[in-house]
Amino acid sequence: MILTVLHKTRYDFATPVGGIIQSLRLTPARCEGQKVLDWRVEVPGAVMGELFRDGAGDYIQTASLRSVTDHVEVTVSGTIETQDTAGVLRGHRERVPPRAYLRHTPRTAPNRAIRELCEAALADLAGAGDLDRAHALASAVHKALPYTPGATHAHTTAAEAMNEGAGVCQDHAQVLIACAHLAGLPARYVSGYLNATEDGSPHEASHAWAEIFIGGLGWVGFDASNETCPNEHYIRLGSGVDAQDAAPIRGLVLGGAEETLDVTVVIEAQQQ
Amino acid sequence: MAETYFNEMYDANGLRAPYRGLEGWYQDMPTEFRAFKQAEAEELFRRFGITFAVYGEGGDPDRLIPFDMFPRVFAADEWRRLERGIKQRARALNAFLSDVYDRGEIIRAGRIPADLVYRNEAYEIAVSGFRPPLGIYSHIVGIDLVRTGADQFYVLEDNCRTPSGVSYMLENREVMMRMFPHLFQENRVAPVDNYARLLKRTMASVAPAKCDRDPNIVILTPGHFNSAYYEHSFLADLMGVELVEGQDLFVEGDFCWMRTTEGPKKVDVIYRRIDDAFLDPLCFRPDSALGVPGLMNVYRSGGVTICSAPGAGVADDKAIYTFVPEMVRFYLGEAPILENVPTWQCARPDELKYVQENLSDLVVKEVHGSGGYGMLVGPKADKATIETFAAKLAENPSNYIAQPTLALSTCPTFVEEGIAPRHVDLRPYCLVGRDVELVPGGLTRVALTEGSLVVNSSQGGGVKDTWVIAEE
Amino acid sequence: MLSRTAANLFWMARYLERSETTARLLDLGFRNALLPNTGGGFRNEWSAILQSKGVVQNFTDKYGELKQRNVESFLFFDQDNPSSVASCITAARENARIVRTALTTQVWDAINTSYQELKELMRRERSSLEVPELTDWTLRTAALIRGAIEATQLRNDGYRFMNLGYAVERADNTARLLDVKYYVLLPSVAYVGSGLDSYQWTTLLRALSAHRAYNWAYGGELSAAQIAHFLILNQKFPRSLLSCCLEANAHLDQLARMYDRSTPAQEAARALLAELAEAKIEDVFDEGMHEFLSRMIAQNARLGQCIHDQYLTGEAR
Repeated sequence: MILTVLHKTRYDFATPVGGIIQSLRLTPARCEGQKVLDWRVEVPGAVMGELFRDGAGDYIQTASLRSVTDHVEVTVSGTIETQDTAGVLRGHRERVPPRAYLRHTPRTAPNRAIRELCEAALADLAGAGDLDRAHALASAVHKALPYTPGATHAHTTAAEAMNEGAGVCQDHAQVLIACAHLAGLPARYVSGYLNATEDGSPHEASHAWAEIFIGGLGWVGFDASNETCPNEHYIRLGSGVDAQDAAPIRGLVLGGAEETLDVTVVIEAQQQ
Repeated sequence: MAETYFNEMYDANGLRAPYRGLEGWYQDMPTEFRAFKQAEAEELFRRFGITFAVYGEGGDPDRLIPFDMFPRVFAADEWRRLERGIKQRARALNAFLSDVYDRGEIIRAGRIPADLVYRNEAYEIAVSGFRPPLGIYSHIVGIDLVRTGADQFYVLEDNCRTPSGVSYMLENREVMMRMFPHLFQENRVAPVDNYARLLKRTMASVAPAKCDRDPNIVILTPGHFNSAYYEHSFLADLMGVELVEGQDLFVEGDFCWMRTTEGPKKVDVIYRRIDDAFLDPLCFRPDSALGVPGLMNVYRSGGVTICSAPGAGVADDKAIYTFVPEMVRFYLGEAPILENVPTWQCARPDELKYVQENLSDLVVKEVHGSGGYGMLVGPKADKATIETFAAKLAENPSNYIAQPTLALSTCPTFVEEGIAPRHVDLRPYCLVGRDVELVPGGLTRVALTEGSLVVNSSQGGGVKDTWVIAEE
Repeated sequence: MLSRTAANLFWMARYLERSETTARLLDLGFRNALLPNTGGGFRNEWSAILQSKGVVQNFTDKYGELKQRNVESFLFFDQDNPSSVASCITAARENARIVRTALTTQVWDAINTSYQELKELMRRERSSLEVPELTDWTLRTAALIRGAIEATQLRNDGYRFMNLGYAVERADNTARLLDVKYYVLLPSVAYVGSGLDSYQWTTLLRALSAHRAYNWAYGGELSAAQIAHFLILNQKFPRSLLSCCLEANAHLDQLARMYDRSTPAQEAARALLAELAEAKIEDVFDEGMHEFLSRMIAQNARLGQCIHDQYLTGEAR
């Protein structure tokens, strides 16, 4: 499938700011099932650092602006050819040992509710393989947290989302990571784009899911929000230990002023 | 018990050779003269401004660490062996770091448990797979040593991040040379004053490949409120490099720049004296104002070298410590010259049981603790203290390790009544760059309270000048 | 050098100069208050002084009514008043402490000692302290520090930034003092040329330690035009606007040579100098003294901003 992406993130400032620095993870991962045909990340007025690849295989780039009067806009535009790999991440060069992804962070720390969810999901699976256990966990998270925009916010932790009993893709991914860790499975957070859900209904195009390491298969993506594994509708950008670590844009405003954020993402499948 | 401690000046055969040049000196010293000299030393330290603040203690922020004028002395042959052992250990620790952030051969070979490394808080995923210049992570390795006999040394712990205290090594010598110049004419004491030059050379040798001129080296300090600020500015001065704070640096493009009156100046090597977590709010703690936003991107794309490398802390964890002799054998194919103190990992149920049954004989420390805080010295503790500690231990065993109470050697020390033996340890500073260097000396810390085995300055410890008698 | 180091030196000097000016204002107010009551019992010297510092609101918020004793405390001791002598010396000492290695022992000693003495003064019974003692102490301290700087500091870029701080701050202060006298102090235009007017002029000269110098230079006759000339355009008087501007130009030129780079800061300083060097005192009166001084204050502030942008942020290429 050929997907075109147009992703704009605009920050407006009430008063001029002294500078902005951003670490951008907005370039698709190089792996099986993702072939970039054309890709551009633009921040008008910024000095851009070279694109480099970190140990986890993500493409990272720094953008700095000396002073900004009223706004800055990050634009990602590109075309990519995707294929369904049933969620399995293959052909991805990375050097971080999977076992390093067994540690939780404050955002993925389990609480009692998460422990109970994990235990219940795995109760009937004694002796089952890791893949089956991971699927069971993803389904359990899907059921436990109905998709509810606005129920949580950008800094909500897995435990808080559990208490809330609702969430968005970020919360699903973080709760699933917490569960996987409890089951002894390395897990991480992945950010990217989603073209359409299985039934073709509309959705949020910026997306996030979890990857769980399954012996014999490697990293496998699990999208608990949609109770599926990533397929040709998904574009994988980068990964991290939690939502903050894997954020496509991590930035800092120097001489901070009040800012408002506006994000639009349009993804379309080209006719073939 | 007291007679079982090794006395570095007098053993069963009387005066030991390295101290020969000091016997007459202290015996002939009139009491008033001594008091006068002690006051002079304090005045010198005050003038240099060497003070230190103790975390969480409040009180005088400009406190002096007590300085004891009686030097601690090593013979040339004693030092030779120590030097070989220290350099060996520093090389092994760096080989380990370079391995666990790469293929992890030592883990694949089953010599160190994977979880101990990869699940360690100090293991930085952000730099996994990145190789710093020359593959060196810890450029200044501070190795804490204790002595229990003429030929018996133990490593107490390794410090691979930013070991502090080297300014005392240099200033203690400076003060001694000013006050007792004749001692240095009579004893052939090997000099330590080229430390700063060697440190600068070490840092220059790890400049990034992108740097095509004389590297610009800076020292990054958390600022003048930090307790070790004096040391930071002292080293910057000696090395002839700028002492910068996070706000003095910024990232643009592929490099890190320093704000100067002549405009931005590229920085090649950063000797940082701030923790990993605060280095870069875009990579680590987002609320850090001490670091430089974007720095880790520049580092990982080869635009700047950070000393010590982020992630180096995984090698000096007290749980990893047990495996350092194994590292020496695995990476260097050599037998370890310096021994570890036998250590019980409370994380292991069988070892925990032993520790719990023998608390009154052991020293129990927090795995991630430092500065002598949160530790139990069994033989010196009363029953109530031991009981309180036992409860903490039971609650979170994997947070602790235990070691036997070591019979730390003693060195003569000036006390109220004259001279008395007091327990000492030693921290030498090994430099690792293109070459591995060790200046002949280090920081000797002394427990000034009679019978005390705790040498930490925060808990009544003092410092001494450390001499190595030069080779014939 | 590091921009932060230069900024600390620049601001250290500005605070030192400012502490001196505040002390001079305090002296000015004190002497004016010794005058018999002016027409209609109206007494606004103290409020004029607070106005010149832009701190009237701060004062009334804290003390309410204008009482001499309170104004004295406010101007000398009050840490809530950013331009009190105590605040300025504390800030100068803090700036100096951060860049201690850039200062000679003598300079650091002078600043640190003044800070210790200040703390000593603050511990003393307030009623045992008279204004002249406080202002004398401040002026002596300022001279001691300035002397240590001149006598011992290396003539490097750090020295230039300290002197720039002094020059920019001093120009601002002279202009403000003059403005207080001219614009604020007299109850109405009718008093121009009156006995009160000339008493205030003398006091102003005294506060600037300049009354004898003035007598020598202008033959002792007090006239508004001559005093204005003295304080604005006389190159011999070290506090005149022209002198300060010449100072700033000289140090900026040295920096440009040292760095082999000229910046908009040099241009701004030269433009200001060009105007002052050409100016006639008649033109000043034609324009209106207050208007002229306001313009000078603004231009001087722009020069300060320019120095900041070009040297103290470390971003200008």
